[in-house]
Amino acid sequence: MKPFTYQRADDVASAVAAAAATPGAAYLGGGTNLVDLMRQNVERPAALVDVSRLPARIGIGTDGRLWMGAAATNTDVAADPVVRRDFPIIAEAIVNGASGQIRNTATVGGNLLQRTRCLYFYDTGARCNKREPGSGCDAVDGHNRMHAVLGASPECVATNPSDLGVALAALDARVHLAGPAGGRTVELLDLHRLPGDTPHVETVLAPGELITAVSVPPPPAAARSAYRKVRERASYAFALVSVAALLEVRDGVVASARLALGGVAAKPWRAAVAEAVLTGAPATRATFDRAAAAALADARPLAHNGFKIPLAQRVIVSTLEELS
Amino acid sequence: MIVINGTPHDTEITDPRRSLLDHLREDVGLHGPKKGCDQGGCGACTVLVDGRRVLACLTLAAQAEGRSVTTVEGVGRDGGLDPLQEAFIEHDGFQCGYCTPGQVCSAIGMADEVARGVPSRVSPEIGAASFDLSPDEIRERMSGNLCRCGAYNGIVAAIEETYLDGPR
Repeated sequence: MKPFTYQRADDVASAVAAAAATPGAAYLGGGTNLVDLMRQNVERPAALVDVSRLPARIGIGTDGRLWMGAAATNTDVAADPVVRRDFPIIAEAIVNGASGQIRNTATVGGNLLQRTRCLYFYDTGARCNKREPGSGCDAVDGHNRMHAVLGASPECVATNPSDLGVALAALDARVHLAGPAGGRTVELLDLHRLPGDTPHVETVLAPGELITAVSVPPPPAAARSAYRKVRERASYAFALVSVAALLEVRDGVVASARLALGGVAAKPWRAAVAEAVLTGAPATRATFDRAAAAALADARPLAHNGFKIPLAQRVIVSTLEELS
Repeated sequence: MIVINGTPHDTEITDPRRSLLDHLREDVGLHGPKKGCDQGGCGACTVLVDGRRVLACLTLAAQAEGRSVTTVEGVGRDGGLDPLQEAFIEHDGFQCGYCTPGQVCSAIGMADEVARGVPSRVSPEIGAASFDLSPDEIRERMSGNLCRCGAYNGIVAAIEETYLDGPR
């Protein structure tokens, strides 16, 4: 591990100031991903600014939205009575990810900024445009069973590993930021960038910007929701495919639908085209089949991950059937 | 200052790279927490920080400043074993024993999570007020602790028996 300096921030302003004053600084949340990557020499920050003791409050704001401080642990969010009652898909997504120990440490902000688990990204002996821009990609023609089928580029086919992010994508969450130039808010769906020819630029965060909170509007009162994850073992594994869905059915007709996919792209993937197919259509298997086909219409398989396309379609259909 | 098994320790952390696991083992001399994978995959390094189970290998020692850390050396009571440790012996919840300190600390933290209303992936109702500690729940909630000897049946039986009536 490359040497670094460490300092703990007591509030958002001092965290942002410390990062701005220290070249090569990175923010440290729980560290469950960053410390591992530093040990592998994949991440090599010159300084860590520990933000894990910044505000971690979880609750409904005066605006009616659910607010989660970025330092809230995954466990505290999943256990929160209001989250479990009114935003159950958030709790479901969290308990489908990682292990109890990791959820106790990992934070909301860190979860959204965790890096891909592409093995070529982790292997400093392999070529990876995300780790070393311009070096090439060994995954495109390598072992790419876990890789992306949507939104990928010839330069990068890595997936975003977050479960929480998929639920938040379906819920129209917003991400609140603080930085040297002040505060701003971005839609969660706009936080991550597709790889294009700059896969090392993963988010729209400016240098030194810090996630301070995530807020979520209340979902439609009559909507039912579910998070379904398919993986190679029953627990403690990343998604091959996951589906976050909210479905509101009135008199046999879909009144509203929200659909997001995980494990298929470099960002939590909102399937807006499928939602358009669903909305106003009869809540039947035939409609769900058409929506699933639309959701994956632009999918492009690599040599080993073609199975993800029918798998994602089947998980979409079965999840919608469960909710209707 | 870190409180370790009830005793304040002022051992200076001179290198920020020091993990909590290496700090406990090398600087404090507590060899209960084990280094299995050193990358958060096996759970052998599990300790309790302020009562919550965490992976000591992925925690920087500096992050534990001001916290209270409990290792397997600190879970017993009145000079004896914790009832969970007795149950591990009774049910053959180990073979080589390398994963056992992490299993024990993890199970203690897990039982506290159940008592605090933390749901799991297999909980029948995510919003339920309380959760039963069925064998399925134990297996899911303990999935972050691997046992290469495969003593899982004994581990699950020991945990189930110990926490039949809630956390102790």
